[in-house]
Amino acid sequence: MGPCLRRGAARAGLGGALIAALALAAPAQAQDVAITNAKLVIGDGSAPIDGGTVVVRGGKVVAAGAGVAVPAGVERVDAGGRWVTPGIVAAFSRVGLVEVDAVTGSNDRSASKSRFSAGLDIAPALNPMGSPVAVNRAAGVTRAIVAPGASGNLFAGQGAVVDLADDNDMVTKPRALQFVAFGEDGSAKAGGSRAALFLLFREQLLAARSYARNPATLAEWGNDALIQRADAEALVRVIDGTTPLFVRVDRATDILNVLKLRQEFPALKLVLVGATEGWLVARDIAAARVPVLVSPLTDLPGNFEQLGATQSNAGRLAAAGVPVSVGVFDDDDAHKMGYATQYAGNLVGLTKLPGASGLSWDQAFAAISSAPARAVGMDATVGSLRPGRVGDVVIWDNDPLELGSRPTAVWIDGKAQSLTTRQDRLRDRYATPQEGGLPKAYDR
Amino acid sequence: MIRGVRADLLAAVSLAFAGCTANSGEVETASSKPAPEKPVKFNKDPYPSTYTGYPTRLTVVRNVTIFDGEGGRIDNGSIVLSSGKVDRIGGPGMELPTDADVVDGTGKYLTPGVIDVHSHLGDYPSPSVEAHSDGNEATSPTTPEVWSEHSVWPQDPGFGRALANGGVTTLQILPGSANLMGGRSITLKNVPARTVQGMKFPGAPYGLKMACGENPKRVYGSKGRMPSTRMGNFAVNRATWAKAVAYKKKLDEGKAVDRDLAMETLAGVLSGEILVHNHCYRADEMALVIDMSKEFGYKVSAFHHAVEAYKIADLLEKEGICAAMWADWWGFKMEAYDSVPENIPLVYKAGACTIVHSDDANQIQRLNQEAAKALAAGRRMRMQISDEQAWTWLAINPAKALGIGDRTGSLKPGKMADVVLWNGNPFSAYTRPEKVWIDGAMMYDAMDPKRRPVSDFELGQPGEGDVK
Repeated sequence: MGPCLRRGAARAGLGGALIAALALAAPAQAQDVAITNAKLVIGDGSAPIDGGTVVVRGGKVVAAGAGVAVPAGVERVDAGGRWVTPGIVAAFSRVGLVEVDAVTGSNDRSASKSRFSAGLDIAPALNPMGSPVAVNRAAGVTRAIVAPGASGNLFAGQGAVVDLADDNDMVTKPRALQFVAFGEDGSAKAGGSRAALFLLFREQLLAARSYARNPATLAEWGNDALIQRADAEALVRVIDGTTPLFVRVDRATDILNVLKLRQEFPALKLVLVGATEGWLVARDIAAARVPVLVSPLTDLPGNFEQLGATQSNAGRLAAAGVPVSVGVFDDDDAHKMGYATQYAGNLVGLTKLPGASGLSWDQAFAAISSAPARAVGMDATVGSLRPGRVGDVVIWDNDPLELGSRPTAVWIDGKAQSLTTRQDRLRDRYATPQEGGLPKAYDR
Repeated sequence: MIRGVRADLLAAVSLAFAGCTANSGEVETASSKPAPEKPVKFNKDPYPSTYTGYPTRLTVVRNVTIFDGEGGRIDNGSIVLSSGKVDRIGGPGMELPTDADVVDGTGKYLTPGVIDVHSHLGDYPSPSVEAHSDGNEATSPTTPEVWSEHSVWPQDPGFGRALANGGVTTLQILPGSANLMGGRSITLKNVPARTVQGMKFPGAPYGLKMACGENPKRVYGSKGRMPSTRMGNFAVNRATWAKAVAYKKKLDEGKAVDRDLAMETLAGVLSGEILVHNHCYRADEMALVIDMSKEFGYKVSAFHHAVEAYKIADLLEKEGICAAMWADWWGFKMEAYDSVPENIPLVYKAGACTIVHSDDANQIQRLNQEAAKALAAGRRMRMQISDEQAWTWLAINPAKALGIGDRTGSLKPGKMADVVLWNGNPFSAYTRPEKVWIDGAMMYDAMDPKRRPVSDFELGQPGEGDVK
């Protein structure tokens, strides 16, 4: 993204309470393009439109729907009746932070030995040139909410909203969220119990608030300080609601206690991540107007905070009025965000199963596009094809929620993207496994 | 059957595995009968299967699209299940019994039950608490003496999920991959039981889990022990096989040996009665393992996690070794870096035995979807692969790799009636199992909440009996 975004975000960082104005600069080579004759999915939960057109100018959607006129001079792409959608928004991922999980030098997900926590900012760790970015882009993922893994303290640090374009800068919005794990993981970090967890959470926020009122207090605490200066600055933005707080939490009672945090810190902008037992307290979550990012097919009691796990979680939450996004695969996925479409499709399939709850096709697609954008407070700019949103558009060879479907064309910020991956190169080299006139190393 | 056991391992094992059930047989070893000239005698099946199928009803499913599991397809077909077996299968003209339970399969699909050749249900069960971590005896790089059935917790809720959501009727439970030789595997019928013996697939051969590459050398290298390198992996393996060859030679010559649980397993491999399932990602390592198997005289049944199988698909075809694969897992470790979505179809195209496996309590619930993704990737390469051909990846091929292809894995008359009725095309994300029969007994019915297993662990917990 362009420099104006960087400046805006930096100002927000210095000013503490300022909300970073979202300024999405269009890439230099953005095309003006109109995709016509589409089975057009807006991504906001509305039904697909046959014979639809979407027009992208200056990197942004200017019009989408039936009977949309194509302005003169705008390149036309005939979709031939195929599905055209906004790009998938990965609701919770580590894309850009990891090349190979088990190769520690290539894995910037976590900083468990750092003395910093909430102040950590993943932006400089993101690598848009890594192969996972290209693989996920080829699967139709154009934006992602990226959160850090664990730090050495309670708060994990600040995540970002990113694009998956084939360029050198993937940050759409830095410091777009703060991440913290509650439940068993958080308890372990805090000293061994949920009592310690909730107390440590409160004390760190109160320390940040004291720091905001009088920065000298941190120095007075010296080695007894619970947090570093950079952490305090980040937590101040959590307390005042500038930065959404993504909370990993699964157990129903833990969810209720997390919702209660707003009694003392009323401006917290909570987003629940996981919420495996959310359906048990769906009405409470809905009443609190807190969005949820679910791991939709989690149906096993992996531990004692997931006893109620069921694939019907998403459907039941949605039926109760909770804004549901589908994401969170294997908790820390950097490689397989293309599973978003498969998992959303499974939720559609559940609507046919007696006793199960799922999502309609339109809801399911929104759960992997506009809903995560809304959860992170960016639905005015990304996640759908409504006018004013970024020009992230995908043409699919078939129903995007079906297993065999793939993008045939992807635009990000109005710029046509390469869909070739390192995997494609390997496949082509070994399409015939035997050597020819020269070793495979010469075959490219 | 056990009474047929002879001193000679070679002769004994084939009989011991031939459908022995409750007869425990005698245990007779060199130590218990101290006659030094007398060769060792022992029960080859000391924890015998007590599984028997549940009551069946004469059942007809008609007007259904059938993938027979061996690559055949019948549109508007019918099947008759009788006394736990597939009785007949055919087209719309086939004569049907009049006194059967009839299921109309219009718009639905019928397949043999899904077979997962790689699962850790039971030995790494849910909840995955430390107290349940029973899959890796990571105290020595070679532990062929351990048997995974001694770790399997039959109350793992994952079995029921694999049945209801995945249509899995048979699965192999393997030890983990910390060790070069992780121990014996066990093949189970996916029918809940109080004991693991109650789930054991009658007469299925044992497997030996082996592992290449990163895991063993990392686990033991980090303890300052051998192996810490890939060459160390091979050295430890070769030394162990050399010992096993010597042990087996004594057995074959009728010489007395002490009981040695590790060597008994390896001798069983060398005699071809225990099948090797080898976790191995990289193409170059698979090729080395093939040579090692020839060096010591055994055969690899299947390479599991064969992420780079596409690079040596011709070699796998030539050697008659199956490749068990994920559709698209990649990048989680260095040896999984060269994964390609076309791996499965490229192996299939080369004519090698192709299997889709899970290694995962979640993915086992949708192996049909994994196969669908791989199939689509192949078709994007313009390969001509039909849906019914792709179903062999979930049916007859894993059955053969497990040594049970003569009894299950397809819908041929006389085979076990392990059958799934899907509520749509099973290669669609929108499809789920509607009914599952195992040995002709209906063990799952989406239309009947009573035909849904609920493990002991789930009783009295939130969501008990939920659709999950």
